[in-house]
Amino acid sequence: MNFMGNRHVIGWLLISPAAILLVTFTHYPAVTTFFSSLFSRGNPIRPSKFVGADQYLALLDDPVFWTVLENNLYYAIGTIPASIALAIAMALLVDRALAGTGFLRLAYFTPTILPMIAVANIWLFFYTPEIGLLDRLLNPIGIETPNWLGDPSTALLSLIFITIWKEAGFFMIFYLAALQAQSPELKEAAKLEGASAFTFFRRVTFPLLMPTTLFVLVNAVLNSFKLVDHIFILTKGGPDNASSLILYYIYETAFSFFDTPYASALTIILLLFLGILALIQFGVLERRIHYR
Amino acid sequence: MNPSLSYLRKAVTVVGAWLLAILWISPLLFAFWAAFHNPEDAIHFDLTAPLTLGNFVEAWNQAPFPRYMLNTFLLVTGLLAAQMILATLAAYAFARFNFVGGGIAFSLILVQLMITPEILIVENYATIADLGLADSLTGIGLPYAASAFGIFLLRQTFKSVPRELDDAARMEGCGTLGILWRVYVPLAMPTYLAYGLVSISHHWNNFLWPLVVSNSVETRPLTVGLAIFGAPESGVDWSIVSAATLMSVAPLLIAFLLFQRQFIRSFMASGIK
Repeated sequence: MNFMGNRHVIGWLLISPAAILLVTFTHYPAVTTFFSSLFSRGNPIRPSKFVGADQYLALLDDPVFWTVLENNLYYAIGTIPASIALAIAMALLVDRALAGTGFLRLAYFTPTILPMIAVANIWLFFYTPEIGLLDRLLNPIGIETPNWLGDPSTALLSLIFITIWKEAGFFMIFYLAALQAQSPELKEAAKLEGASAFTFFRRVTFPLLMPTTLFVLVNAVLNSFKLVDHIFILTKGGPDNASSLILYYIYETAFSFFDTPYASALTIILLLFLGILALIQFGVLERRIHYR
Repeated sequence: MNPSLSYLRKAVTVVGAWLLAILWISPLLFAFWAAFHNPEDAIHFDLTAPLTLGNFVEAWNQAPFPRYMLNTFLLVTGLLAAQMILATLAAYAFARFNFVGGGIAFSLILVQLMITPEILIVENYATIADLGLADSLTGIGLPYAASAFGIFLLRQTFKSVPRELDDAARMEGCGTLGILWRVYVPLAMPTYLAYGLVSISHHWNNFLWPLVVSNSVETRPLTVGLAIFGAPESGVDWSIVSAATLMSVAPLLIAFLLFQRQFIRSFMASGIK
């Protein structure tokens, strides 16, 4: 049949518009980023020239690089377990038919659909010294408060709270979907066996949620690299880079300091982390899902 | 179990769930409250202060919010149309044409799930500038027009369409695109809805890439306009910033409140692999 004979041609024709754009904005730039990172920064007097691994050596000697790397680690540790735990709690609360489940679900989920910029604007007023809501609540009852966003020891923590607030409701959705797919007979069986609610959660529900947790975990790690919008409003990475993250540092290096090769070297490091994440996803996660 | 104890536990759960919900929604409620009060009253948290719409008028006059709103609207709708057309064609090929190299091509496309255009911001900006698309809505949208996520979702849906429908349509004299349009697209409507809602809310909220590409009032989407407006160094009153923030999120928030169930179901569908 003519149709079948042409299936290779038709297949490639159908995917070509999407494929061309994807190559242009994903694969091609990934390769050129790597080449760009092997050159020096040019200026009118000295044009850019090949320097091999020099940008990467400079990176190792750059204290700011190590600071943002460390910050990214704290940011991930600070946001991921807390938002996953909250997400599971929220999903369990919403899954049973409590009074006003519709409202509860709405309240938990709403932060998810707000832009991070809008969220940061709202939270800015909570964190502002003296006139901010946090200080107005805590100072009268005798609690000394730091300058939340201005103090290096609390700036990143302040960003972490916002991210938890924004992400928990989003992850709740995936747990809710998993809980609703769970067979009700399991619960009945456990009831007959006299298992307490906590035992049931620990021995039955939580293990069954494992594939969801792995899926959420990968997305949460991905977000911990990608979510930098609130930094623009709240701290600009400061004070003294105490709240800067890798992607924000890349942006600053490229668009404030105009050092493209160095920004490229930083991007390659970020790609390396994402590559490891992808390997974990396809190694562990996919196997778990087939297992299910 | 003791029935009164079980009753008590249920009551504690309900109270806990509601406290958490109120805590979660309170930042937004507080922004509402501040936006409808005079700046001095908002700072002193005077609950009896009179309501006012002045902050909205002020924000509307101080920055070109109608233009930002139009930009975001054009960006989000144009992008969604492009995404749906490109994803539909590609997903159809991956689902039904067992073409040579298709498996590898599909894996390469999935790379975009992890490496989104804003990660490669430096080189992508250079490409957009080379194409002469810097500071244009097309330049903001183009890198996202081919969506791996959309292709993935639609491929799953198309694969579940019975082959007999294909054959029947071919008997009726439909060509390749005719079958796609008459058979596959109508059957995939729930997937289009789910994908559409996720895409709209994602691109309504996107910030970093539009910030880099846009450089004028005519191209700036709401998020970028709002970031400039609300920056602390601009010294704008907090009530006015609240009003501007609410104006920026209002269309999306209202749509969400109206179509709550569809939104939540769409996000659920987006997580099921």
